[in-house]
Amino acid sequence: MLDFLKAPIQAVQEFYDLTGRALRNVLRHPHYLDDIKLQMDIIGVGSIPIVLLTGFFSGAVMALQMGRALQQYGQTGRVGTVVSIILVRELGPVLTSVMVAGRNSSGIASELGSMKVTEQIDAMRALGTDPVQKLVTPRMVATALMLPCLTVIDDFVGMVGGWIIAISIYGLPSRQYWSTTWHALVWNDVTQGLLKPFIFSFAVSLIGCFYGLRTSGGTQGVGRATTQAVVTASVTIFLLDFFLSKIFVSGGGGT
Amino acid sequence: MADLLRFEDVSVVFENDVRALDKVSFTVREGETRIILGAAGSGKTVLLKTAMGLVRPTSGRLFLFDEDVTDEPEAELFDIRSRIGMLFQESALFDSMTVAQNVAYPLLNQKAIQKQMPREKMEQAVRDSLRFVELEHTMDKYPSELSGGMRRRVAIARAVVTKPPLLLYDSPTAGLDPITAHTIMALIVKERDVDNTTALVVTHRYQDGNLVANFRYNPDSGRLDPVGQKGNTTAFMVLKEGRLIFEGNQTELEASSDPYISKFVKRPEREAA
Repeated sequence: MLDFLKAPIQAVQEFYDLTGRALRNVLRHPHYLDDIKLQMDIIGVGSIPIVLLTGFFSGAVMALQMGRALQQYGQTGRVGTVVSIILVRELGPVLTSVMVAGRNSSGIASELGSMKVTEQIDAMRALGTDPVQKLVTPRMVATALMLPCLTVIDDFVGMVGGWIIAISIYGLPSRQYWSTTWHALVWNDVTQGLLKPFIFSFAVSLIGCFYGLRTSGGTQGVGRATTQAVVTASVTIFLLDFFLSKIFVSGGGGT
Repeated sequence: MADLLRFEDVSVVFENDVRALDKVSFTVREGETRIILGAAGSGKTVLLKTAMGLVRPTSGRLFLFDEDVTDEPEAELFDIRSRIGMLFQESALFDSMTVAQNVAYPLLNQKAIQKQMPREKMEQAVRDSLRFVELEHTMDKYPSELSGGMRRRVAIARAVVTKPPLLLYDSPTAGLDPITAHTIMALIVKERDVDNTTALVVTHRYQDGNLVANFRYNPDSGRLDPVGQKGNTTAFMVLKEGRLIFEGNQTELEASSDPYISKFVKRPEREAA
């Protein structure tokens, strides 16, 4: 029984150790700014197409479904409010993070995993660099900076998707749609909408790095690490989302 | 002569209770070349990684350049590692960098080297190192564009670019054809004789050890000339299941009656196959 528990507990401990080292390195010299820029390009700019697509269609689908439900109460004019609140508070951050996890946690895990099995990580240590400083910290910083930006893009594109449905199917005036969308949001929504992806970004990058760096067993191991990274990162995002929403809903309930 | 590397009863046990090294003790003095023979899984690679501080001993003590580094934290090891060059089994070149960037990597990332060498001299050092392995023309290529033998040579260039006094070669000829394998071994002999380095060479081919022990690089002709036993600084070690079962010179090795050892020594062609 104890042996059964030992492996997962040890894995969690190793994950926290890696997280601690990656965070400490943010303030430590040397800073690999070129690596951060490169990762920002790969993670941030590279993810824009999937964020645009998922954002647009999630907004459009939501307007379509919610419009029908609101029609029963004669409140079709409120489509913008619903789309805006759900996108900014919930769907934008979670959907963007899950998409980026699918794209980048896997990418990070397979890249670092391949480096591990071909001894490149050992070579890095042998040649004077700390792999956490050189590989993990830049990916963590880049994801933390890019994921909130991607979420903002996703939110906006989702609203555009909702707008197209609102004017074309429900015949709402554009002005009404955008004004309800804008007025629906309060500071709490915006804070929540930006803080969530920032926190999720650590799950996306660090889980990818963690599974990548503990890869063993050749190319088969790389495949295993990649799958584990995506599954764990996605589940962690939903889990964190539940707790963060709980905090914000209770915290925001009084206002 | 100073001791460059000393193992004192070093054992390495992995998480799954695999005993990779079992109470291994030996000393490598300056100017010596050690050939480490052993079958696959006998602990040869772990021994080299332990010597470099990449794998930590479970018990026993490790001394590098007369300094006890057994409990040294990772950050403190970087300085001492800059005085050791290592050739990894699979070359371990960084895929995302060009050949020149790979060779420049230790110069740009090792603090101890940066203090000694101004940045403008680094490019020349990279060029010299690639010329040493006769691959100067590949500077702008990526490792994936090179053949296995060329990758191994670039990795040698990267290991020697900082002119380290101690070099560790992990199976330099593994997976190579006999002609390329000979080229690589000739480079190792050349490096030893040109820069007077101390080296540990892990291999499963006895003829590699034989070449290192009995040939010397002739700077005039650029070839390897045979030398006698006189002044021979090559010693052999044999590992079996993590234990050091032999340590001595070539004559003693060839005289050994141990069946495991004689398999390496007397029938090298079978091992190579």
